[in-house]
Amino acid sequence: MSAPPLLQVDGLRMHFFTKAGVVKAVDDVSFRVERGEILGLVGESGSGKSMTGYSILGLVDPPGRIVEGRIVFDGTDLTRLDAAAWRRIRGNRIAMIFQDPMMTLNPVLRIDTQIVEAVLAHADVSRESALARAREALVKVGIASPDERLLAYPHQFSGGMRQRVAIAIALVNGPDLIIADEPTTALDVTIQGQILFEMQKVCRESGTALVWITHDLSVIAGIADEVCVMYAGRFVESGTVADILDRPLHPYSRGLIDSVPSRNERGRPLRQIPGMTPSLLSLGEGCPFRERCTSATPHCAESPAVTEPSPGRRLRCFHPLQ
Amino acid sequence: MLPGTEGPWARFRAEFAESRLAMAGLVLLLAILVVGILAPVISPQNPYDLAQLDVMDSKLAPGEASAEGRTYWLGTDDQGRDMLSGILYGLRISLGVGIASTVFALAIGLVLGMMAAYFGGWVDTLIMRVVDIQLSFPAILIALVLLAVLGQGVDKIIFALVTVQWAYYARTVRSSALVERQKEYVEAARVLALGQARIVFRHLLPNCLPPLIVVATVQVAHAIALEATLSFLGLGLPITEPSLGLLISNGFQYLLSGKYWISFYPGVALLLTIMAINLVADQLRDILNPRLRK
Amino acid sequence: MSATGPAPAPLLELRGISKRFTSRLDLAARIAARLGAGARPQTVHALDGVDLAIGAGEVVGLVGESGCGKSTLGRIVARILEPSEGERRWMGRPYADYESQGSRSERLAVQMVFQDPFASLNPRMRIVDVIGEAPVVHGLVAPRERETYVAQVMERVGLDASLARRFPHQFSGGQRSRIGIARALAVKPRFLVCDEAVAALDVSIQAQVLNLFIRLREEFGLTYLFISHDLGVVRHLSDRVVIMYLGRIVESASTEEVFARCNHPYTQALLAEIPRLEATKRAYIPIKGEIPSPLDPPGGCHFHPRCPHSTARCRSEAPRLREISPGHLSACHLNDAP
Repeated sequence: MSAPPLLQVDGLRMHFFTKAGVVKAVDDVSFRVERGEILGLVGESGSGKSMTGYSILGLVDPPGRIVEGRIVFDGTDLTRLDAAAWRRIRGNRIAMIFQDPMMTLNPVLRIDTQIVEAVLAHADVSRESALARAREALVKVGIASPDERLLAYPHQFSGGMRQRVAIAIALVNGPDLIIADEPTTALDVTIQGQILFEMQKVCRESGTALVWITHDLSVIAGIADEVCVMYAGRFVESGTVADILDRPLHPYSRGLIDSVPSRNERGRPLRQIPGMTPSLLSLGEGCPFRERCTSATPHCAESPAVTEPSPGRRLRCFHPLQ
Repeated sequence: MLPGTEGPWARFRAEFAESRLAMAGLVLLLAILVVGILAPVISPQNPYDLAQLDVMDSKLAPGEASAEGRTYWLGTDDQGRDMLSGILYGLRISLGVGIASTVFALAIGLVLGMMAAYFGGWVDTLIMRVVDIQLSFPAILIALVLLAVLGQGVDKIIFALVTVQWAYYARTVRSSALVERQKEYVEAARVLALGQARIVFRHLLPNCLPPLIVVATVQVAHAIALEATLSFLGLGLPITEPSLGLLISNGFQYLLSGKYWISFYPGVALLLTIMAINLVADQLRDILNPRLRK
Repeated sequence: MSATGPAPAPLLELRGISKRFTSRLDLAARIAARLGAGARPQTVHALDGVDLAIGAGEVVGLVGESGCGKSTLGRIVARILEPSEGERRWMGRPYADYESQGSRSERLAVQMVFQDPFASLNPRMRIVDVIGEAPVVHGLVAPRERETYVAQVMERVGLDASLARRFPHQFSGGQRSRIGIARALAVKPRFLVCDEAVAALDVSIQAQVLNLFIRLREEFGLTYLFISHDLGVVRHLSDRVVIMYLGRIVESASTEEVFARCNHPYTQALLAEIPRLEATKRAYIPIKGEIPSPLDPPGGCHFHPRCPHSTARCRSEAPRLREISPGHLSACHLNDAP
């Protein structure tokens, strides 16, 4: 492909400088997202996936700071932007959806006010026109009777509905990229199904790229084109969904997939990854997974470099599975 | 094992020490406490022992020496009492009254507030209505009325202060306890068939204390200020046991006629005491604020 | 159901359990209502006529989404809540029989493991007290043997006993889960209600804790009521699955039956919605509508507004839970087709 990717993250490092020490929340992560592509960013707690999402949008506050790396979005390096430039990008060209919709919604404002505000912040249009776009956005995310809903307040909605409104706000300005941080984790399965359906439809129709951050591999399996796996702040493996699920190369990816109940025989003990996630404070050099890895050797005390075993497949491991 | 493996007390100390201002306040407060406790020992003179007074020494300015060559560092009042000694004794009384009334008010408010939260129903309604009524009157008003009826004396003023203050604690504890009561560890205690008394005192109470500690610290300052006001107005403490308020009141008439020190220095002492308490209370409030812990 | 004789009495039995939460109006609101302000006490119909029997050694998975009442049911089983109606029986006798006699061992026989590893442990108690308090209070263990006993229990659940004097915040989520399990085990229960016990855990830790549940079941002969919204987990662990919707049981069958031949339209929708770990891209065909509020459940069958097959009868008449094949119960009018 000749077109440059929409988003290219290169060697991103974001650390928290706390009294207790330096927490390397994101430690050398690289991936890219093409236009209209859906990327799943997968990892468990402490993997740095959410922090990566926040870093892309420049939402990291002290004591956290991006210490190294570039984030190139459509030709612009996002790590170098000033406040005015950020205002033109956030909510306009890159939008974010959070796990808790109340992080997006103001509990004391009506829904129409909030969506109109999002529109008027980036487009010089009349209020009527903004309201019409708000209504359209609600319809696009599958909210029935949008006129009624526009007049309501967030507390009058269920969790699933609120999240839909948050998604509508993210979509209303037609962004090129949406970053969704665990948007369905707190929702019921049937509502999650609905939202996955809506997101998939909208992104395909409008060609919006999506970075879906989650710990749930099965959600990724249904919606994503590419997958990037993270562990303890580091990039570990990436490839297409089929690659990662059927032919994982990194022992962690393999262990993660194997520990899902549906991949195990009913009633027998599940295959589990022993041990616990290491603390991000005391991570030194070397592969962070080596304490728990069955394939580890003394060589793993050195940090593996990123390799590309086949086109589009990236890996950071000295002992990939075969 | 996660980092930060010290117990909550050590962590609390470390967090408190982060604020230089709060540490300064704490040091000042401790100094005042020590001085107050040791007042009879360290003050140059017992200002209420009439035998030690010489009325000829009255109204001497700070630093001035008397006829016999005694230097009164902060001057004397109109009776010839040494201001420094007066302030030291006054601190003792002010702090004593403030702390005692706070402790008693806390105890009463704590028990009533927890009962209201745990039992709910009519117990809750009854206690809370009393609290509401209590809090709708200005504290000064209630205290004035009580003292007018009861007369003067340290115990009477403590009684008045307790009556005026317990309601804050009851309300704070109740809202804290209501939140904690819903939490799963309380449910767990019930599944484990632990008795009600044990659940309330061993499980609920320690978790309701943080906001209470903040309120209590600030209230000590309020109590001291309130007592000073009452003494200033002539109620509460007798002449023989003057608090800082009374000292200020004594010197009021001289304030504009040049002998400012009789009111001024007690006022400064009062100010420093209350400020020290507030600095400590502010930091406590910041630390004990429920935060997301990750 | 055994063909060779009467089935043994179930260990735990619930009959006709209903639970309503009514918000009372305080004095001011009551006065306002008298004056015509129209304020009414709101009632949440959390559970509606639930019957459930669990045999010794069984693992019953209780599944449903928000508002289905599964957590409420769990708390009623564990005695944290009292039902508004209905009867609870333990080993054939009503719960009330065990309250008065002071038969502690039976009162402690049903224990609960909670969802939130943060909130379910008292943040100001050391682990040795969290686990050791109840056994000592109830006389199961002498006070001076408390620490040894706690150490044993901790080892059983895979925790390092040397950490007993630490506080909950010093442990990870997975470890805190284990502490909660240890606390329940310490009083030697026979029945564990696990209320979303693994929901808050990462996948890899979840696997460890699920394996722990399996191991403990074998080691101690425990019976579980495993409440979860995660069908994958329930499928792996349970012998039988009970599905609830808005306060009622809609289907109950052995795990294999439910996943191979589910009957109720809600169960079908639920199973269709589960994201699967397959690389084939899915077209999600979502089920329409939102879960109704338990404040105002739809009449007749609770599911009819969202059911693709609903009929007039479904709108007016609530279906009863009927056995459609041995051991397989379902509450749907469509099964009554002539």
